[in-house]
Amino acid sequence: MKKISRIIGGFAIMIITWQLIFQFGHYNQALFPSPQGVVKGFKELMTQGVLVDDIYDSMIRFLIGYSISVVLGITLGLILGWFRGIWGFINPIVQVLRPISPMAWLPFIVLWFGIGDIPAIVIIFIAAFFPILLSTVSAVGNVDQTYLKIAKNFGIKQPQILTKIILPATFPNIATGLHLALGTAWVFLVAGEMVGAQTGLGFLIIDARNNLRADMLMAAMIVIGVLGLLLDSLIRLLEQRIYKRWGIVANERSAS
Amino acid sequence: MYIEVKNVSREYTQKGTTFKALDKVNLNIARGEFICLLGPSGCGKTTLLNSLAGFEQVTEGSIKIDGAEVKEPSIKNVTIFQNYGLLPWRTVQKNVELGLESKGMAKQEIQDIADKYIDIVGLTAFKKHHPYQLSGGMQQRVAIARALAVDPDIIFMDEPFGALDALTRMKMQDEISAICKNQQKTIIFVTHDIDESVFLADRIVIMTPNPGKIKTIVKVDLCGTRDRTSTDFLKVRDWVFAEFEMKEKDQIDYFI
Repeated sequence: MKKISRIIGGFAIMIITWQLIFQFGHYNQALFPSPQGVVKGFKELMTQGVLVDDIYDSMIRFLIGYSISVVLGITLGLILGWFRGIWGFINPIVQVLRPISPMAWLPFIVLWFGIGDIPAIVIIFIAAFFPILLSTVSAVGNVDQTYLKIAKNFGIKQPQILTKIILPATFPNIATGLHLALGTAWVFLVAGEMVGAQTGLGFLIIDARNNLRADMLMAAMIVIGVLGLLLDSLIRLLEQRIYKRWGIVANERSAS
Repeated sequence: MYIEVKNVSREYTQKGTTFKALDKVNLNIARGEFICLLGPSGCGKTTLLNSLAGFEQVTEGSIKIDGAEVKEPSIKNVTIFQNYGLLPWRTVQKNVELGLESKGMAKQEIQDIADKYIDIVGLTAFKKHHPYQLSGGMQQRVAIARALAVDPDIIFMDEPFGALDALTRMKMQDEISAICKNQQKTIIFVTHDIDESVFLADRIVIMTPNPGKIKTIVKVDLCGTRDRTSTDFLKVRDWVFAEFEMKEKDQIDYFI
């Protein structure tokens, strides 16, 4: 209850401040929209049907890009984490690729795949892939040696050691990586769609700018923020469910 | 002899200095014996146990079990660890089934065997629980059930009750000694608790550190269920204390 009242309170303060700045700043509506203006813009987007379509397109792209990242990142992470010798060769390459913003790949991606769904999907994939890969590799390195001794003792062989022991043992750490990657990927979805797509929330931003509709621009931004928050809550819920199923008490992890 | 340890030495090299964990250890163990390896930390008792179990290789000498050189862990000789080594993401039932899964048995058969051993350790009511929901003593009983379930010839125990409080520990000693009598297993049990070794062992192997070697072997001639407060028990206990030079030998009264 206390938490909910704080959330409402926080937003109330923000909206009031926004309104006051608008009221006393005498800004042009096209440069700085009022809260009511944004609500109006939001309604307009809804009645035109563009917003729902754009959200749908963005979500589909996000789902595809993120899922490929999760599957590939965890699988490769488990294998490379297990075969440390190979990781020794791959790690330097990853460390060079990782700091490159996914956006830097965009010209190539557009040249290779054209405009449409694929650039955004690839951008999301790149954004999410490295955090997932790295957290998985490091988690494999930190697996309790006792588990490995037990696996050996009970005659458990590869690939069962990876699926039965390593994957579940590393899951809490991998889940943290998944959570991190989700946030990063969502940020880059919008960036990817601003350049490489003709639909989606990122395109909506660009479209609003081109039409000088600051109210719609702000509305789209708010939608992006709220959806990001929803996705984050969703994965947190999933994370906690899996912790419970794994029998791990989530204490400090859920505190953030 | 069933287990033959011949002239075994184990050296570790750390930052240029060599450390001798075991120095020319000789030990023979008969089938069905309950052996306690007793000594202070650093006496090599855990190293000896790990070498017997196949987790570590010796630098000199040989260890043979049933005539065959020990090279790697085998499902015929199961180790129980101090921190229980339960997989936290599996229920009690699933933990006990772990060792049976690689044996190529039918699902029903695996379940029946697991049920039987969960019943033996008295945890039938808890078989759907996860390890974190159990007390330390209960967790160790799950580990014992898991070890017994694969019907091993030898059970190695590395200070299995070290993390338990004094009363639970005594209760577990009672249980393990009863279970062992019924199951007829050879048991090698590492401990630094003198009372524990006198209560459990057929023979106590007393080890001393720097370098780790066997000082002497005390045969415990106490038949049937042992009474921790009987004069016979205290006599053996005094004898072991004397071996550690914590009690003058001539202070011990000998009644026959």
